Parts: sequence; structure tokens; C-alpha cells
Amino acid sequence: MSEGNKNTNTEPWGGFDDNLIQRGGSAVIDMENMDDTSGSSFEDVGEMHQRMKDEEEVTAEAAATEEEGGEDGEFLGMKGIKGQLGRQVADEVWRAGKRQASKAFNLYANIDILRPYFDVEPIQVRNRLIESLIPVRMINFPQKVAGELYGPMMLVFTLVAILLHGMKTSGTVIREGTLMGTAIGTCFGYWLGVSSFIYFLAYLCNAQITMLQMLSLLGYGLFSHCVVLFVTYSVHFHSLFYLLWLVFGGLSTLRMVAVLISRTVGQTPRLILCGTLAALHMLFLLYLHFAYHKIVEGILDTLEGPNVPPIQRVARDLPNAITVLNATGKALAAGADAILTQ
Amino acid sequence: MAEVDEANKPLFAGLSDVSISEDIPVEGDIAVPVTSRGADDEFSTLDEPVKDTILRDLKAVGNKFVHVMYPKKSSALLRDWDLWGPLLLCVTLALLLQGGSADSKEDGGPQFAEVFVIIWFGSVIITLNSKLLGGTISFFQSLCVLGYCILPLTVAMLVCRLVLLLVSSGTASFVVRLIIVTASFGWATFASTAFLADSQPVNRKALVVYPVFLFYFVIGWMILTFSPSP
Repeated sequence: MSEGNKNTNTEPWGGFDDNLIQRGGSAVIDMENMDDTSGSSFEDVGEMHQRMKDEEEVTAEAAATEEEGGEDGEFLGMKGIKGQLGRQVADEVWRAGKRQASKAFNLYANIDILRPYFDVEPIQVRNRLIESLIPVRMINFPQKVAGELYGPMMLVFTLVAILLHGMKTSGTVIREGTLMGTAIGTCFGYWLGVSSFIYFLAYLCNAQITMLQMLSLLGYGLFSHCVVLFVTYSVHFHSLFYLLWLVFGGLSTLRMVAVLISRTVGQTPRLILCGTLAALHMLFLLYLHFAYHKIVEGILDTLEGPNVPPIQRVARDLPNAITVLNATGKALAAGADAILTQ
Repeated sequence: MAEVDEANKPLFAGLSDVSISEDIPVEGDIAVPVTSRGADDEFSTLDEPVKDTILRDLKAVGNKFVHVMYPKKSSALLRDWDLWGPLLLCVTLALLLQGGSADSKEDGGPQFAEVFVIIWFGSVIITLNSKLLGGTISFFQSLCVLGYCILPLTVAMLVCRLVLLLVSSGTASFVVRLIIVTASFGWATFASTAFLADSQPVNRKALVVYPVFLFYFVIGWMILTFSPSP
């Protein structure tokens, strides 16, 4: 009996489970195994309870098979394997759940680690926002960059809100995912992605800047994007956008470039680093504007043309129209045709 | 015997990771005598009709609604927080926004999820932000307050739908809706800051209020741009 017990269970402790299943087992082994379980006094009582519950289910399951299979499979039979399997699965599930819960809890407890980066006063944030638009011509001495994340985070969320606004008014239709997810993905992707990329370049070019400073620098650089996009999503003027793009986008780019130049040595590294950053920053603003703005232009063009179809009709045809955006006349024709056929 | 076995037991490997501090509450809970809990209280909730239970909870939720509508400095909303009210408001708002067809037919699907996600995700972000800035409020208290303060916006949404039903969409109805939404947006921001501001360091209130402002602004803007399907 004891041999059989040891064989079916890889873990000796598992005998406890078999005690529940094989109620007819010898009393000596029962006691031995029971001693095992109760012997270690540092067990979590709650966990024990949980396991007992799991095992009760397993026992019930095994009892069902016992009725079918009879007594012959007592030593190496189905129920031993089944019970063991069930217990292992339950154990795995329990452990995975516990790991998840403790991970979530640790994350929440680790908020304290992030707290120093959010240690700012309102007036400091305001000053940094203003400073992000003022390039400083001082390249001989490394300029100070505050390692702070409150401002960048809030600017990114503001940019998300502005992008949502822009997407809604431009009638952007996104097949996979939601507007919200796209906006968040774009903003955070740009912020984190470009920061890490520039940090990597800075590492290659031997620039003295930390990841935190890079995040802060680029995050505050997004202030110009917020201003420009907020204005141009509400007022649709191409010339106004280009003006704002050059002035605000240029100023914030110059500020970041000045900081990076002051922290890099040598002509070529400076050129590589600053050229990359400036190009990415300016082009991103251009992209954000036109990706969610051009469609409005398309609609307006369509509406201004002759034989104006109802607005709803055009809006429905938008998905088709996007693919052939440059030929708005086609969309118009399609809309008119659709109405005629109806 | 026990120690020898423990070395090669995968089952106990999990147990040995458990620190003793985690054991204590469980043991404590077991040690608590049953009689010390208000026995009659337990019995009354067990025996009472379901209607009474639901009505009592609804009354508690309604009480908090009143607190939001008259935002005076009271800790009732903070002390007994619950998430039923926020859930109710959130679902109501999402359902009211559901019927809109601003762009296309498929937009109906994401709309509900979008509202739902914006509200919960937004509140979590604001809460984390206030924690990071050194607030002394607990996570769920903050979620509760932010959720309950959507009430003015939900009311505004109801009124906006009524306006859209009565008046055909034109400049007049837009102006009316703009006024309603702006008022309710201001109300929501004011109410939530009245509850949340006490838990924040004095000099940092503006930093905490800004995300709250942004959060309600996005919701308000969604309500304003809502147009029902023809």
C-alpha cells in the first residue's frame, strides 16, 4: 500500500490527497501523511484551506470514477493519476493567481519609487512650459534639464485629448481599434519611442544626457504640438498652420537642439543627434496635423462642388473616399450614383 | 521528517515563499469570535427581502448623488465609498451616447466601450497622479468621487437628448447645448475638487486639478458633439 502510494505520487506530500480519496487505506500511512502536512507549522492557513477546497473537488471527481472503475485500480489506477493531475492544475492556477495579485500589489506599492519624479510646484511647471519655447544660445556649458515627469505626462494626455478632438471632427474612421487607443498609442509611442531612440543615439554620440532628462526634454517639447494642434484643429487655415508650425514647432525644436548641442562634443555627433531630433519633431507635428485634417478638406471640397448630395450620404462614403482621397471628385460621383440607384 | 520532505516538495515551495506577515491577517480572522460581529445585523440582511436590500443600497447611492449636487465640504462621499453609483452613471452615459451616428454605422460599437474606457481609465490615471503628487486619499475613494462627479454631465446628456428631440439641430440648439454642457462641466470639476482638494498638499492643488479638468472636458466635449442618428 505504501509502495503504491509512493509510486503514484511524485510528491510525497501528495499522499494527503490520497488519504481523502482512498478512505479504505491503512491507518498507519494516513497518520504518517497527516503528520507531514501538519508538521510544518509555517504554512499559510488560508492557502491550506484553499487547497483543501480544491482537493474536495478532486475527491468528488475521483469518487465518481471510483464507482465506475471499481476497486481494481487502487494502486496504479486512474484516480491516482487524475487526482494528481487535478491537484497539479489547481496548484498551478492558484500559484499563477497569487503571482498576478502580488505583482499588481507590488506595482501599486512601488508608486513611491516614482514619486520623486512628480515632485513639482505649479509655478515650476508653468516656468518650464514657457522655457520649452525659449531656445537658449549657450553651447559651451551643459544646460540644465530638470528630470521631472509630471509636465510631460500631462502634456501627453493633453495631446491625446486634442488628437481625439481632431479625429472626431475630421471623421477619421479606424478599422482596427478605437480612436482613443490610436490617440494614446500615437502620443505615448512618439514620446517613449523617440526618447529612447534619441537616447540611444546620444549614447552612440557620447552626449551627456540621461534617459529621464531625455523624456523630460521631449515631453516639454510636446507643448508646442499641443498649442499648434489645438489652434489649427479649431481654425482651418493652411497658411496659419504653416506659420504656427514654423514658429512654435521651430522654437521648441530649437530649444531641444540647443540643449543637446550644449551636452555634446564634436561637430558630427552634434549634427547627427540634432538633425535626427529636429526632423522627427517637426515631421511628427506635420503628420499629426495632416493625418487627421486632410479628410476634412476632402469633405469640404466635396461639399463645395456642384450637385451637393446630402451630408449623411457623403459621410457614409467616407471609408471609400479615404482610399482615393486625392480624387475627391470620384467620391462625389460615387455618392451621386448611389443616390440615383436608390 | 517534515524538513526532509520540504526540500523536495513543489507544493511547499509555494508555501515557503509566503512571508509570515501575510499569515497574520488570516490567523486573526479565524481568531475573531463570531459573536463580536453584530449578530442581529447579519441576520437582518439575511432575512430581509431582496427589495429592501436593493432599496437601501439605492438610497445610499441617491444620498451621494445629493452630495454631488450640493458640493459642500463633507466626507460622506469619501468615508463610505462604493463603486455602484459610478458604474450606474457610467453605463447610463455610455448608453445615452450609444445611439449617435456621427461618422458611420460601425461607430455604434466602439462608442459604448470608448466611453466606458475613458471614464475608468481616466479616473485611474487621475488617482495615480494624485497619489504621485503626495495625496493622502485612498485609491478607491478617489475613484468613487470621480465617478460620482460625472452626475452633472450625465444630467446634461439627458437634457441634450431632450433638446435634440424637441428642436431640430441648428445654431439655437447648439448654443443651448453648449451652455448646458459648459455649466455641467464646471459643476463636475468644482464638485470633484471640493472633495479631493482636502487630501492634497496645499500648494499643489492646481497640479491635481488639471487632469481632472481635462478628464471632464473630454467627456463634456463628447456630449456636446453627440448627434443622434436620423
